[in-house]
Amino acid sequence: MQTEALLHTPKAASEPILAVENLKAYYTTKAFGIDRDIRAVDDISLTIAKGEIYGVAGESSSGKTSLIKTIVGAIRPPLHVVGGSVCFNFEGQAYNIYDLGPDELQTIRWRHLSYIMQGSMNVLNPVRRIKHSFFDFAFAHMGLDRATFWDKVREHLRRLDLDPGVLDSYPHQLSGGMRQRTTIALATVCTPEFIVADEPTTALDVIVQRDVLTMLRDIQRDLGSSFLFVTHDMSVHATVSDRIGIVYAGRLVEEADTPTLFRGARHPYTQHLVASLPKIGDATRRASLSGRPPSLADPPAGCRFHPRCPLAMDICSKQVPPLNPLAPRHRVACFAVSGATS
Amino acid sequence: MFTIVRDLIRYNIEFAIGLLILLLLIGAVVLSFFSPYPAADIYVVPPDMPPDAEFWLGTTSRGQDTFWQLMIGLRNTLGFGVGVAFLSRILSLVVGLTAGYAGGRTDRVLMAINDSIMVIPQFPILVLFYFVLKDNMNWLMLVLILSALGWSYDARLIRSIAMSLRTRPFTMQSVYSGMSMRKILVEEHLPYVMPIVFATTMNNMIWSIGMEITLSVLGFTDVDTPTMGQMIYWANSHSALISGIWWWVAAPVGAIVILFVGLFLLSMSMNEYIDPRSRLNRMGN
Amino acid sequence: MSLLLDIDHVGKTFLQGGLLSRRSIEAVKDISLQIEVERPEILSVVGESGSGKSTLAAMVLGQQLPTRGRVLFDGVDVASIRSRADRCAFMAKVQPVLQNPFEAFNPLKRVDRYLFATAANFMTANGKPTRQEIEARVDRVLVEVGLTLAEVRGRFPHELSGGQLQRTAIARALIPEPRLLVADEPVSMVDASLRMSIVNLFGALRDRLGLSIIYITHDLATAYYISDRIIIMRKGEVVERGDARTVLDNPQHPYSIALKNAVLTPDFA
Repeated sequence: MQTEALLHTPKAASEPILAVENLKAYYTTKAFGIDRDIRAVDDISLTIAKGEIYGVAGESSSGKTSLIKTIVGAIRPPLHVVGGSVCFNFEGQAYNIYDLGPDELQTIRWRHLSYIMQGSMNVLNPVRRIKHSFFDFAFAHMGLDRATFWDKVREHLRRLDLDPGVLDSYPHQLSGGMRQRTTIALATVCTPEFIVADEPTTALDVIVQRDVLTMLRDIQRDLGSSFLFVTHDMSVHATVSDRIGIVYAGRLVEEADTPTLFRGARHPYTQHLVASLPKIGDATRRASLSGRPPSLADPPAGCRFHPRCPLAMDICSKQVPPLNPLAPRHRVACFAVSGATS
Repeated sequence: MFTIVRDLIRYNIEFAIGLLILLLLIGAVVLSFFSPYPAADIYVVPPDMPPDAEFWLGTTSRGQDTFWQLMIGLRNTLGFGVGVAFLSRILSLVVGLTAGYAGGRTDRVLMAINDSIMVIPQFPILVLFYFVLKDNMNWLMLVLILSALGWSYDARLIRSIAMSLRTRPFTMQSVYSGMSMRKILVEEHLPYVMPIVFATTMNNMIWSIGMEITLSVLGFTDVDTPTMGQMIYWANSHSALISGIWWWVAAPVGAIVILFVGLFLLSMSMNEYIDPRSRLNRMGN
Repeated sequence: MSLLLDIDHVGKTFLQGGLLSRRSIEAVKDISLQIEVERPEILSVVGESGSGKSTLAAMVLGQQLPTRGRVLFDGVDVASIRSRADRCAFMAKVQPVLQNPFEAFNPLKRVDRYLFATAANFMTANGKPTRQEIEARVDRVLVEVGLTLAEVRGRFPHELSGGQLQRTAIARALIPEPRLLVADEPVSMVDASLRMSIVNLFGALRDRLGLSIIYITHDLATAYYISDRIIIMRKGEVVERGDARTVLDNPQHPYSIALKNAVLTPDFA
């Protein structure tokens, strides 16, 4: 299957719907005398354009889930924001997530923002029919009378190629893939402008995964929503994301349009991720990186990748490489690429 | 182990107080060995003396020094609680871990025994034992009987943990490392249930000491071994409260309250320590 | 031609539900599969969740007994193993590699404990092994997987990376000098940057030690990359089998075709 078939041409840099600036969020734990600062999100800046699918890739405990929790304002202690700002732009109005009161945040979450969590198919109440879940979650936020509400829900389901009959079933009567598609329909029924999806296909089988990804693409096309799409799986990113940001140990190390990233990644870590992907029809030997991803509680100084990096220089262990633009829409944080002087 | 205790003392005020009370009680136990009078002897001091400089807690109507009676009584009561807790913990560990790990028929047989013991009404059985055994009903016998009755709830608790441990991949790794069942239970699974064993030890002591006191107060035990309950029994039979010998009742009752508060605080702080959320915060990563 | 593993028309039925609503579920239906002694290979078993691939693995490991048919290892019926001595002899020849390396080691215990225990329990050919013999063997298998005893000794699981732990688990499985490894999704929990090192290690073990490996996975790409033969399972049945590259380059069964088409291929070249 050709990936290009699913991909749109990324929209030219229209006005951003989300601007994240120098965001820092740490886990601070204190328990029985052990204090820890875990720098899960460390100085991340990025913008997402209207109608764009922005992918975030990273390994386990690289801080990618903390990043999106911080972006949607869904953080709970011990995670807290240390610095930076998260600014959304909905219908011409700017909202700074961390300046809003809880009520305003709640309204924004339903009207403009939607968050599809890891394992989110479990949000459906197992002992009630699915229509109750739809009613409980969405009715109050849509401001419609009942008849119009159900018309709208049915129309939304049909648009996503789901039989409106699922409304009368119980969650256990649906397969895992159907459940996941139904929850995505639920999360998008209010036609949110910004959708955050955290590993929405990780627990699914390959055939089902393909269906769900196609559906997310359809939503983006039909509703014009922007996506922040998080997964560790580079082949999933290749299929859905317009632009990808690579996160390593709490920092953004490279960001580029998907084709650029797969054809011409510049950061050694990204290059490795792309090169090590096995493909059917290609049995050439894949190399592997040595070492291990660093612990966020005690990351290496300087560039956090330097202990594993084949291009490491002196400066890498001393200074943090800035995320510099290399070309339009392509930023890299690496001294070996952008030069040590900057 | 040492670091756990140190952290608990430093960051958990309940544990610190509980530990202090426990140390005081242990002090009392040590002190009891220096008693100037044998425990069972009566009329060794002038009877019915109120507390003063010579007799700190006064004397009883039977001519015994209340302070030394209390020290010896505490020793026996604490020893009783520890004895029952120790024996019943061993029973519940063996039954719980084996039933949970082995499963199948072993599990069904062990749990049938376990559930039978659970539904036996304990107090009537103890009274029945007293009437059958009469003079043979001594301190040690009561320890054995209460141990045999006091393990079943905790065995069920331990079994449920053992059942989930059995399905953990590291158990399979241990099996394929050639470890025997005994080794897997003792070295791989036991550390997971130890915190619960500690916490239930406190509860079990509260239960068994309470049971012993109830039986003693009613005279359904060997009244010649001084314990907390036995002191109250003798005070009652001499109508101590009516005749104004309040210190004879106040001393054991006060000691019991302090003992229970101490055990309760320890059990509570232990529970907080083994709470998984608290544990995650301590471990990190 | 002698067979190392002979899975002979094996089926497994599970009973589910209580007394009144008992249903039987056929997890595995009539599967036959052979691995020859002289031709060590990596055999991939591919399928979606519920395809019966893990049940098949459990039966090869003797953890579940088949309800129909037989699993013969080196000519011995796995179901006939009863005594502890026989069981140990079997485990010395067939070892598992588990899915999640972080769960495969007791988090309260040091990881070297499993290596030493395995060595002490299985190196009994010439009586009880000495401490030096045990250490020498453990060091040798660790070198085999690209680690050293110094890196692993005294470490707790959370002090090692997923890749290091999975290598340690593989090293442990190698200690009894087994003939067959059964690896159930061994890389699905390992980080992307370390994943290929484990997959490459399987190839190296086959080539260097002549070890056969049953590689259970849902990932067609790594199966294509490393395995010699493949069977594709669906609902307890084998829908297609054969040489891994031939099957995946040109699948015949509609399900295999659907499975291959669903694989996401990052192709921008």
